[in-house]
Amino acid sequence: MHANLLPVALANYVALSSVIFFIGVAGVVLRRNPLIMLMSIELMWNAANLLFLAFARAWLNNAGHIFAFLVITVAAAEAAIGLAIVVIVFRSRANVDVDEVAMMKG
Amino acid sequence: MTVAFWILALLLIASAIFVITAQKPVHSVAGLLAHFLFLAITYFMLSAEFLGVIQLIVYSGAILMLFVFVIALLSSGVAPFAVGPDRLPKIAAPAVVIIAILLGFVAYAVSREPAVTPALHGVASGPVGTAGVFGSVADFGHALFTLNLLPFEITAFILMVAVVGVILLAGDHVPYVPTRRRARLVESDMREAIVRAGEE
Repeated sequence: MHANLLPVALANYVALSSVIFFIGVAGVVLRRNPLIMLMSIELMWNAANLLFLAFARAWLNNAGHIFAFLVITVAAAEAAIGLAIVVIVFRSRANVDVDEVAMMKG
Repeated sequence: MTVAFWILALLLIASAIFVITAQKPVHSVAGLLAHFLFLAITYFMLSAEFLGVIQLIVYSGAILMLFVFVIALLSSGVAPFAVGPDRLPKIAAPAVVIIAILLGFVAYAVSREPAVTPALHGVASGPVGTAGVFGSVADFGHALFTLNLLPFEITAFILMVAVVGVILLAGDHVPYVPTRRRARLVESDMREAIVRAGEE
């Protein structure tokens, strides 16, 4: 096997990444705990990152690495702001249920 | 390598499913930590050294710690950390069907995709991590600080906006400033309380 070839076919990485992404979607749609919803969003970010790195490896191009790095930074900012919102919303509540937070519902 | 990939894929999927099905958020954090560890190993297999290290440091070290702190903060009150009823059991079957259909689309698209022929030219072979070898930290840094300098700077700006936003959101809106007037207010409040206690 040539050293520059992918260890596994690229399609396997695409399938694995989409499976993880859909698991994250299911977590956001099905859970009501805001913390677990945020963690599912993290799963989706990471599925996208895995795809970036797999394609970067397939074409031996650094751009995917750069993009994954930027994605990680934005994910960190998103997690910080999301957790701050969770803290201020649920600071005075005993129950942590996103369906009860309907203040901005149209 | 192929066997390693399939073992990692199984572990990744299993830990991701554990993250979304765990009852307590702390268990979800533990599952997410395992997921990120396996993901870092996958990144190393894809010869993305810097991203693997960043995955461990930033995600496992910083973001998951933030989650743990918030869980501790929210569950430290008098009331127990009660979780509302989940829709997980109710919509599990339709969700599985929808996800299977979407995965079927993905599998169809992947099967129609022609095999990727990697560009084998222009890539030096050598020991892992040396400059010029694909995925080395030196190459990543060179690409980040020359061609992609502007996105990198914008990233710094995004992080600053996030920090300021978090302080504005979660911080104290009326900072305590010890003034003479405030001290007089506190004093009169205490006098009233003492008088009220004496009347009762």
